[in-house]
Amino acid sequence: MTVSLRALRDPILVTISLVVLWQVLHQIAGDSAVTAPAPTLAHLWEMVGQARFLPHLRETGLAFLQALAIACGGGVLLGIVLGGHRLTGEVAEPILVGLYSIPKITLYPVILLLFGLGMSAKVAFGALHGIIPVVLFTMNAVRNVNRTYLRTGRAMRLSPAQTAWHILVPATLPEIFSGLRIGFSLTLLGTMLGELFASQRGLGFLLMTAIDLNDVKTILAIAVLISTFAILANAALLAIDKRLHRGAASESEKT
Amino acid sequence: MIKKATWIRTVVLVGAVGALEVVCRTGAIPATMVIAPSAMVTALVETLKSDEIGAHVKQTLSAVAVAMTLSIIGGFLVGFVLHWIPFLRRAFNPFLAAYYAIPHFAFYPLLIVIFGLGPAPLIVLATLFAMVAMIVATMAGLDRVPRVLLKTARIHRLSLVQEIWRIRLPAAAPHLLSGVKLAVAYSFIGVIAGEFILSTSGIGHEIAYAYDNFDNRRMYALILFVLGIVTAFNMAVYAYERRLARRRGTA
Repeated sequence: MTVSLRALRDPILVTISLVVLWQVLHQIAGDSAVTAPAPTLAHLWEMVGQARFLPHLRETGLAFLQALAIACGGGVLLGIVLGGHRLTGEVAEPILVGLYSIPKITLYPVILLLFGLGMSAKVAFGALHGIIPVVLFTMNAVRNVNRTYLRTGRAMRLSPAQTAWHILVPATLPEIFSGLRIGFSLTLLGTMLGELFASQRGLGFLLMTAIDLNDVKTILAIAVLISTFAILANAALLAIDKRLHRGAASESEKT
Repeated sequence: MIKKATWIRTVVLVGAVGALEVVCRTGAIPATMVIAPSAMVTALVETLKSDEIGAHVKQTLSAVAVAMTLSIIGGFLVGFVLHWIPFLRRAFNPFLAAYYAIPHFAFYPLLIVIFGLGPAPLIVLATLFAMVAMIVATMAGLDRVPRVLLKTARIHRLSLVQEIWRIRLPAAAPHLLSGVKLAVAYSFIGVIAGEFILSTSGIGHEIAYAYDNFDNRRMYALILFVLGIVTAFNMAVYAYERRLARRRGTA
C-alpha cells in the first residue's frame, strides 16, 4: 500500500501545481482569456449532465473506438506480415516512416473527398494516425523474435497463421503493446483533429463552435475533459506496458 | 551498389503513382475526388508561378523555422534538467507520455489572447507541440550513455563540464538526432495544422480555403508542395544520420 501511495505522490503534486498555474494564469490574463479552474470544472460538470451533450460524446467515442480497432487490428496484422518477410519489410519501412512524419492534416481534405463528410472520414483519419506506429513497432518486434522459437514452430509443422498466433504474438507482446499505446494516443489526436475541421457532431465540433463564439469556459472544459481522459488512459496503458516488459525481462533471465 | 529493396521500393512507388494516373485519366475516380498526379504537378507549377502564394509560403516556413529552433533548443535544455533531477522527472513522466494525446488546438484561442494575432500564437503552439518529442529523446539519449564511458571519464579526471561535453553529449547524439527529426516533423505539423483550422493566412489556410471552394487543382498542388518540402527536409536529416552512424561503425 505504501508503495502505491508513493507512486501516486508525484503525479498528485504535479496536478496540484498545474491547477495552481492555471489559477495564476487566470489572475494574470483575466476572465476573457482563461477562466478560473473551479467555475470551469463546474461548467464541465453541468455540461456533461445535459442531454444535448451526450450525442456529441457518443459520436466522438464511437469514431475513436472504430478508428482504434482499425489501427490496432490492421497495424498488428500488417506488422506481422512485414516483419515476417524481410524483403517486404525493407521495402515498406522507409515509406511508412515517411508517412509517419508528414503533416497528415494536409491529407484530411483528400480523405474528406474520398469518404465524404461524417463518421467514416473521422474514423479513417484517426486510423491513419494510429496505424503507422503500431505497424512499425510490431514489425521490429517480429524481426527480433528468437530464432529458436521459429525453428521449433517449423519442427512442429505449424501453418503460418498458427506460427503467428502461437509464437509471434506471445513472443512480441510487450513491444506490440508499446506500439498500441502510442497508437492509442495518436488515434485520439487524429479523431479530434478530424472533428475540428468540417464536422457537424462530436466533441471537436463543440470545441470549434466554442472557439468561434469565444466561449472560453466551454473551450477549457472540453480541453480538460479530453486531456484528463487521455492522461488517465495513457497512465493505465503505461502501467500494463511496464508490467509486460518486466515479465518479459524476467523470462529471458530464466532461460 | 544499390540494394534490392531500394529498387523494389522505387518500382512500387512509381507503379502506385502510375496506377493513380491511369485510374484518374480513365475516369474510374472522378476529378472531383482525386486529380491525376500529372495534373497535380502542372497545377503546382502554375500556383508557384503566381505571385500571391509566395507570401503564404514565406510565412509558413519562417514560422516553422522559428518553432523548430525553439523546440530543439528548449527541449534539449528541459530534457537535460529533467534527466538530472529525478524527482521532477518521475512527476512529469505520465504527463510527458500522455502529452501527444492532448488536443493542443483547444488552447489556441487562449494563446491568441496572450500573444495577440499574427504568427506568434502559431509559433508557440508548434513549439509546445514539438518540444516534448525533443525532451523525451534527450532523456532517452542521456539515460543510455554506456557506463564504461563514464568510468573512462573518471579515470581521465574530466571535470563535469568536460564530461558532459566530451562524453555524454556525443554518446547521446543518435538519440538527440532522432529527437531533432521528430521536432522537425512536429513543427511542420503544428504550424500547418494550426493554420489549417484557425488562421487566415499561410499554406495550411490556403489548402483549407481551396477545399472549401472546391478548387481541387489548387488544393492538390499545395498538398503536394507541403509533402514535398517536408519529405525533402526529412530525407536530408536522415542522410545526415546515416553518415553519422557509418562514422561510428554502427551501420
